[in-house]
Amino acid sequence: MSDETKASGVSRRGFLSGTAAGAAAIPLLTSEGHAQEIVPGDVGVAAIEMTLRVNGQTRRVRADIRASLLDVMRDRLELTGTKKGCDAGHCGACTISLNGERRLACLTLAVRHQGDEITTIEGLGTPGNLHPMQDAFVRHDAFQCGYCTPGQIMSAVACIETGNAGSRDQIKEFMSGNICRCGAFPNIVAAIEDVRDAGLVTEQGT
Amino acid sequence: MRSFQLLRPRSVDTAVEMMAAHPEAQYVAGGTNQIDMMKAGIHRPSHLVDIAGLGLDRITDRGDVIRLGALASNTALATDPLVLEHVPMVSQTVLEGATQQIRNVATTAGNILQRNRCPYFYVPGTRCNRKVPGTGCDAVGGFDRLNAIFGTSESCIAVMPSDLVIALRAYDATVRVTGPEGAREIPFAEFHLLPGDTPEVETALRPGEMILSVDVPKATALTSRYHKIRERRSYAFALLSVGGAARVEDGRITEMRLAAGGVGTVPWRLPQVEAALVGEAPGPDLFERAAALSREGAVIGRQNSFKLPLLERAIVRVLTDITEV
Repeated sequence: MSDETKASGVSRRGFLSGTAAGAAAIPLLTSEGHAQEIVPGDVGVAAIEMTLRVNGQTRRVRADIRASLLDVMRDRLELTGTKKGCDAGHCGACTISLNGERRLACLTLAVRHQGDEITTIEGLGTPGNLHPMQDAFVRHDAFQCGYCTPGQIMSAVACIETGNAGSRDQIKEFMSGNICRCGAFPNIVAAIEDVRDAGLVTEQGT
Repeated sequence: MRSFQLLRPRSVDTAVEMMAAHPEAQYVAGGTNQIDMMKAGIHRPSHLVDIAGLGLDRITDRGDVIRLGALASNTALATDPLVLEHVPMVSQTVLEGATQQIRNVATTAGNILQRNRCPYFYVPGTRCNRKVPGTGCDAVGGFDRLNAIFGTSESCIAVMPSDLVIALRAYDATVRVTGPEGAREIPFAEFHLLPGDTPEVETALRPGEMILSVDVPKATALTSRYHKIRERRSYAFALLSVGGAARVEDGRITEMRLAAGGVGTVPWRLPQVEAALVGEAPGPDLFERAAALSREGAVIGRQNSFKLPLLERAIVRVLTDITEV
């Protein structure tokens, strides 16, 4: 590593030169198409430039290399729909979709997922045009405080899409990574059954 | 969290070279438990060598064995047709662990390398020889309800918490690795190390070595079952678990493999119980007599004596399931 890198933590140049040692190209820092301006702000000494694909948009951002995707989205991209509960992979409040699979954004290093297609609750529906799962959660009163709800909904969609919503017991098992402290579980399961039965979300080929 | 540099090798050889060049580097693949450890300051890598995308995620039929790529996701292990046909306990154990979100990203290698869940390991301000070697162990004589009763030492009583390792131990898997000194194979029985005086040394991996795959001998002719007991129905580590695989021919047990989780500092095989069963006609009396042998070598703490009778009952339950004709 160069002295410059040591002095500045991880600069963009240091980051690139560090990888060049292994003859690795980073396909990540190139801007694609209509990338927005880099989000300004103080992000600490280990800041690097990242390009993320979130909800169909290309977003360029400076963020700490250690930052989780959750923190980058909430603090840097103003996508606060994804919630931070435990920040340790226990509660599921930060569940997002990454290349079509549900993931925990709190355990996901943003820097490793440039170029991946990320979908958050903001990418699912809008207030005037709710996604069928959002609509079902409203109709079934599948929440009280609402804090876990974005993660529940992201997980619920994936639960059906991956074919793991066949029975009530299966839904409960495959939703067990999303904890609701208000205890809305019966209504959450009912909402998922409703959407499944109506064919509004269907199993996707793998 | 200590800052790090991210290195993205394009080949396994380059990854191994990168690790050799940076003594404080770690490989990163799924990055679940590892990120937890970094957030907690227990892991402090200077570099992360990102080995995702090196083609280590395949599950293949290699004749006598099913080869589980080091980076095959837990979801893939749970659903792969080869796994389900030939080594079904691998799928059963994975589905009994974690959640779908975690299984989608957690890998074969990461699962068997996951750190223990002893509360004294995680909480700041407690003495733990795995966290800081030589500082002592507050779990011994402390809150030890979830801790091990087999393979313990005065230095450590933490359970190896993985479910998957129980299937791999019962099936006599082999871990294929490569590293600065070349490739080698490690029998699964020798992969996890008893804590002894050096509990911080958890596996037989040498510095810089990378797991390439875990090869599992086909158990197609056996009936396999994993039974896990936990404090809630889903998404909890095992209070105790038993994995068994058996073959019954002409009314006699001709092959038997038994391993237990939630009880050992390493995946705990039960050879004395197996030996008492092979050659015998399956039945409740035999099962109870054999299961009673599982107590051999147990060291009980303050709050975990319940594991001994629970282990016996779980063994009987699994034996009943896997010897039904």
